[in-house]
Amino acid sequence: MTQAGGHAATSPRFKDNAKAALADADLQNALKFVEVNFIARRREVADKLPEFEALRDSARDIKEHTLAHLDLYLEAYERRVVEQGGHVHYAVTGEDAQRIILDICRKFGARTVTKGKSMVAEEIGLNDFLEQNGVIPIETDLGEYIIQLRHEIPSHIIAPAVHLTKAQIEDDFRRVHTHLPRDRNLSEPTSLLAEARGVLREKFLAADVGITGANFLVAETGTSVIVTNEGNGDLTQTLPKAHIVLASIEKLVPTLEDLAQLLRVLARSATGQEMSVYTTLSTGPRRAGDPDGPGEYHVVLLDNGRSSMLAGEFRDMLRCIRCGACMNHCPVYHAVGGHAYGWVYPGPMGAVLTPSLIGIDKAGHLPNASTFCGRCEEVCPVRIPLPRMMRSWREREFERHLSPATVRSGIAFWGFFARRPRLYGFVTAIAARLLAFAGRARGRFSSLPLASGWTRYRDFPAPQGATFQAQWSAERGRTARPSSSGRDARAPGPP
Amino acid sequence: MGAYETRRVGLLVTCLVDLIRPSVGFAAAKLLEDAGCTVEVPPQTCCGQPAFNSGDRATTRDIAAQVIDAFAPCDYVVAPSGSCAGMLKAHYPELFRGDPNWQPRADAFAAKTYELVSFLVDVCGVQRVAARFEATATYHDSCSGLRELGVRDQPRRLLATVAGLRIAEMRDPNVCCGFGGTFCVKYPEISNAIVGKKVADIAATGAGLLLAGDLGCLMNMAGKLQRDGTTIEARHVAEVLAGMTQEPAIGAPAIAAIAAAAAGPSGPKP
Repeated sequence: MTQAGGHAATSPRFKDNAKAALADADLQNALKFVEVNFIARRREVADKLPEFEALRDSARDIKEHTLAHLDLYLEAYERRVVEQGGHVHYAVTGEDAQRIILDICRKFGARTVTKGKSMVAEEIGLNDFLEQNGVIPIETDLGEYIIQLRHEIPSHIIAPAVHLTKAQIEDDFRRVHTHLPRDRNLSEPTSLLAEARGVLREKFLAADVGITGANFLVAETGTSVIVTNEGNGDLTQTLPKAHIVLASIEKLVPTLEDLAQLLRVLARSATGQEMSVYTTLSTGPRRAGDPDGPGEYHVVLLDNGRSSMLAGEFRDMLRCIRCGACMNHCPVYHAVGGHAYGWVYPGPMGAVLTPSLIGIDKAGHLPNASTFCGRCEEVCPVRIPLPRMMRSWREREFERHLSPATVRSGIAFWGFFARRPRLYGFVTAIAARLLAFAGRARGRFSSLPLASGWTRYRDFPAPQGATFQAQWSAERGRTARPSSSGRDARAPGPP
Repeated sequence: MGAYETRRVGLLVTCLVDLIRPSVGFAAAKLLEDAGCTVEVPPQTCCGQPAFNSGDRATTRDIAAQVIDAFAPCDYVVAPSGSCAGMLKAHYPELFRGDPNWQPRADAFAAKTYELVSFLVDVCGVQRVAARFEATATYHDSCSGLRELGVRDQPRRLLATVAGLRIAEMRDPNVCCGFGGTFCVKYPEISNAIVGKKVADIAATGAGLLLAGDLGCLMNMAGKLQRDGTTIEARHVAEVLAGMTQEPAIGAPAIAAIAAAAAGPSGPKP
């Protein structure tokens, strides 16, 4: 069973996934890279740029403006692409996009296609689909290449193989690259890179079609833009007979000027680079006189539920530029990694986006598995209010009675008392005294009925005795009275 | 400060302080009174976060309306918690957005609401406290206080005036402790992994005392420190600032406190 034309989601098993991840020593080792390096590097480049916060505001405003006029920019973009000899295809669903891409591949009799890194291709499960239809896809981004060898989905949106250690990658290369000498030295990351580069070089030359994603689409010029650090994207899109750009509709920006603004926050937020090594702008197919370039240039614009997000409370999510800063700074992601989330998009952005794409009934754990620490929103280059939207998902779950029965009955029970201060005071006074008495010798409990989720891993402090309110009333009496007319003029008064 | 200017502060003591650690409430009241405020404690239960973060907006709104009503006579609302103050200040208005009767009330309520230590420093202009506590402490920035309310320098400034107290900063004092309200019992394994890293960071400072401004986070970190068998104590920052450290540390038995009180100079204030 696939989702939205893509990978089967294990998101409903998030809790089991998380437990397995916590027990996986290799993964825990690999995740330290995210927690330490990505955060420090972003901080360093952000601190060096005095206008970084202003750029974030600008980035947010550009994306918000584009979303507000998305229909107009889509039309303008399409016009410019067509004027320059390119083709634009609209795909409402993932299946539509798969079919359009396969048709183009067949037109060129493609046996192999090279691919630049594309999260949208992961979203629609493009590789599996092409393979089932006799077209062999070859990932050319090193991280994507590694996870393709392992038949995995990315665990991070910009560092797809970040869950792996170097030793694991070496094992995979020795398992798959059997034509190379057995005694070769792969102990250094550079030797792994050189080997992948050598293997991929032949594939680039043999491929009939190249498929890339797009970090941005520029309406003013009909240009698709990719940023990479390996140069693989350039070979993917210039060498084959046809270049297919697969991009979701919210990648649009109005002008090249806007693009420049967004590029200034993207790499800084993502990898802590000032710019990615390669920023490649593609506009149409090869023109007469061009030394190289694809003979045909196709853009597949994927909706897959996004236009229905435009009008709703999850619209802000469409500003996302896929930098990964939210997951780089997320304590939950640091603990369990990306695969635990169970689908293509992990971390805080995934916790908001995944329910929109595969349904809150399947992805319900994702927006719940957050401490609401707010660090994701603090670093998001386009200031997406991720915690607020995770809470919106929780509200939808609650309204649709999808929240676990224990949570619902617990909140109902607690809410009954919380709405009745006198009764609440009476009950908590008794509870506090009982617990204080029971815990008086040790000062804390190592197990408590109904609180095993807490006491399995931590002690719970015994109450000191009577509640604060009981003690305060006894000592001073209640003192909130209707305000007198002689109120301090400076103080903001009640309405 | 004359009586004319006295600030009338309603203390939202928070449900955890009310139930588990009333001494934090009394410390907060003392700090506010020392700063020239009159302190009142209207009848209260909780700020509503358990319902709010579980998606139960209707219950949350009922509780929020009740809190806004109860504190209507007060000039200010102060909570010894960044999380609860953040709920009142950042989220109550959001609950009533578009409601012609309640939105103005929620906005006005938010405008007069503060977290305790930032209220003392930013509104009352408190520069120093008259407390003494012999310890090396490390201070954890609780997430909501830090990111919703900008509480970071204020507690450190006041702690620097506590005689005998040295601060040893963590490598990452601003990283979540893994409490997250109901998160810690809904996803206990993940919460445990997060708080495990946190207590390692705490222990690496060499401090014998952990301070923070939120009892929920403190209970989580103290509970983990104790389960791990460390001797690091945990207290709410208000207790130390008010010089009210005669009560045992969080989760510590009463006997140790009696011994500590006999040895240490930090007695209760009148």
